[in-house]
Amino acid sequence: MHDPIFPHHHLLGIEGLSPLEINRLLDLSDPYVEVNRGPDKVSESLKGRTIVNLFFENSTRTRTSFELAALRLGANVINMQVEASSVSKGETLIDTAVTLNAMHPDVLVVRHPQSGAVKLLADKVNCAVVNGGDGSHEHPTQALLDALTIRRRRDKIEGLKVAICGDVTHSRVARSNFYLLLTLGAEVRVIAPRTLIPSHLDRLGVQTFSDMREGLKDCDIVMMLRVQNERMSGSFIPSVREYFRFFGLDREKLSLAKPDALIMHPGPMNRGVEIDSDVADDFERSVIREQVELGVAVRMAVLELLANNLSADRAKGSKP
Amino acid sequence: MSTPNTMKIAYIDARILDPATGLDIVGDLLTIGEDIADFGENLFGSAPPSDATIINAKGLCLAPGLVDMRVQVREPGEEHKESLRSAAEAAVAGGVTTMVCLPNTQPVLDDQATLEFVARRARLLALTKVYAYGAATKGLKGKELAELGLLAEAGAVAFTDGTVAIADTQVMRRVLSYAATFDLMIVQHPEDAALAGNGVVTSGEMATRLGLSSIPREAEIIMLERDMRLVEMTGARYHAAHVSTSESVEIIARAKDKGLRVTCDTAPFYFALNELTVGEYRTFAKLSPPLRSDEDRQAIVEGLKSGIIDVIASDHSPQDQDSKRLPFAQAAFGGSGLETLLAVSLDLVHNEDLSLIETLKRVTCSPAQLLGLDAGHLRKGSPADLVLFAPNEGWKVVGDNFKSKSKNTPFDGRPVQGKVFRTIIDGRTVFEAAS
Repeated sequence: MHDPIFPHHHLLGIEGLSPLEINRLLDLSDPYVEVNRGPDKVSESLKGRTIVNLFFENSTRTRTSFELAALRLGANVINMQVEASSVSKGETLIDTAVTLNAMHPDVLVVRHPQSGAVKLLADKVNCAVVNGGDGSHEHPTQALLDALTIRRRRDKIEGLKVAICGDVTHSRVARSNFYLLLTLGAEVRVIAPRTLIPSHLDRLGVQTFSDMREGLKDCDIVMMLRVQNERMSGSFIPSVREYFRFFGLDREKLSLAKPDALIMHPGPMNRGVEIDSDVADDFERSVIREQVELGVAVRMAVLELLANNLSADRAKGSKP
Repeated sequence: MSTPNTMKIAYIDARILDPATGLDIVGDLLTIGEDIADFGENLFGSAPPSDATIINAKGLCLAPGLVDMRVQVREPGEEHKESLRSAAEAAVAGGVTTMVCLPNTQPVLDDQATLEFVARRARLLALTKVYAYGAATKGLKGKELAELGLLAEAGAVAFTDGTVAIADTQVMRRVLSYAATFDLMIVQHPEDAALAGNGVVTSGEMATRLGLSSIPREAEIIMLERDMRLVEMTGARYHAAHVSTSESVEIIARAKDKGLRVTCDTAPFYFALNELTVGEYRTFAKLSPPLRSDEDRQAIVEGLKSGIIDVIASDHSPQDQDSKRLPFAQAAFGGSGLETLLAVSLDLVHNEDLSLIETLKRVTCSPAQLLGLDAGHLRKGSPADLVLFAPNEGWKVVGDNFKSKSKNTPFDGRPVQGKVFRTIIDGRTVFEAAS
């Protein structure tokens, strides 16, 4: 039987999910946090299932998190790192999907450098698909683990003021977080130089600031984004040095947020670029390591739920 | 010696429309051989000539065949995407009796030999009449002037670098000045390449939601503003292709007010669709320029109503499946347009934005006049290039049913009104809809 609250076949993004559905995913994730902290981490709930991590882009952290999640549920996991070279050989994404599909996987976790690529692939396969990050579009499990971290620390998300700082234009993490946080009733602010803020964010319900001091005022959560070094010079911002001066999170700027404001970062961090080590390593307020920890729990919940929905589909003989 | 064609065909009881003169009557039309012999109300009195083939056109519109001034054909070079034959078959199925091809083939149409190759191939097909633009710069590279004079002698109807703008201001100035020497028209794809960057959709909420790199509207606006200054400097004839923003219409309006020899066209994509069509990463809606906001779409409709926009062209940009079945950013730009040109343009009539005659004007006599072609009008002694259509008959666009090799249409699945029943070129029926 499909999950009664979250009946979807895939998790391609947060956009369009209801508060009930998001909370369902978080509720299912919560108990796995404790499981992962205990001695006996492995269950058999996905025994016999095949989960394929299909990564068209390097990401050791996300891939390992998904791999661990799948292994702890007793599934078989295959990691496929697809280099750009197969594209140069003439193989398209759809060819790859069709080939993989013939091997009957149960869940595909896909990361791809192009926005929308995961959806394109999901349309061509008959297993469940999880978006592990597509271009600058969405990274839904990251937003879920962020939300779980916040919820466990603050017991709620509604009404919190969350500042998301940095390269929003290129950030899939930011987009998934906008949808999730706004759907659950948080106030979302973006702080960045204007070159890194995409247009019409206000239409999504996000407030934008170009001044850290103004934007961070009274915030409950400060979520820093990674600035990709290749984008640092020339066209978007003048230099790392200047970026850190105006948009890097340090003690002084942080002092404008609420005294107990949580510091978050999806990692990996560029210390001294978007965040000062002093702040990043503040064990009382920085929850960056906890985010990584909770990521496994969230992914366990997502994989299990989608695999079970898929079983229900297959029992009925319908294609996801 | 071949016998002259004297076959007579009498079209009886049609709604005859001539946008060139504003004629809109119910009457008859007679073709003898390749030409229009006569037309008018009650032309045949009590009976049509006994030696004529009779076509009962009651309830149908009979108008000059469409003149499509912006068509990409992939022959020579990429015939798997579209050949002259498949494009011509698509054209006649869409009621297009004259089409003008962009020079962005492989090789580029920048010398007499390739231009003549296209003309010869088109003549052999004996379907829609095919004309071609010559390249404005050698190899469409935007650096050196192409042989505009010689290409014009070989039949090029105007000059353009196709789907790329001439970015270098000095080169554009010289292209315009040189073209003015021979009174040739330069057609520009107005988009500042540096500002457009690697963008794939228009800047706005949709681009932000989808996480796609975007092209600001200003890329078109800035290029047009620059070009207007250059046109003023050089006195050249300039035509802006597929305008898509409200400011573009304003810029063209101001230039016309000043007396500059400036015209423009748009494509059905830009008055019938908006940026929301790319939702769900629909690569069929990845077009160049990108689909804009609904405010811009409405401004394009207003531009057509006011006459600032002179022409509607299909901007037929065929692609094969493999070029479109890719992640959005990697997919090719372009949509198939020949077979939906009339039906989607008739949206303007059904939405009461434009009269039928005014709509037809923008796809017949206006482009023909701009390019100096003897087409797009009903005139005794002129070639009998005609389209017989039912303006209110509904059908659904299904790309897979297209005659074009290219099935990628952003209108796929859309219900439209306006069906071509018969297309006639030089008196011969070259397309007849299955009844």
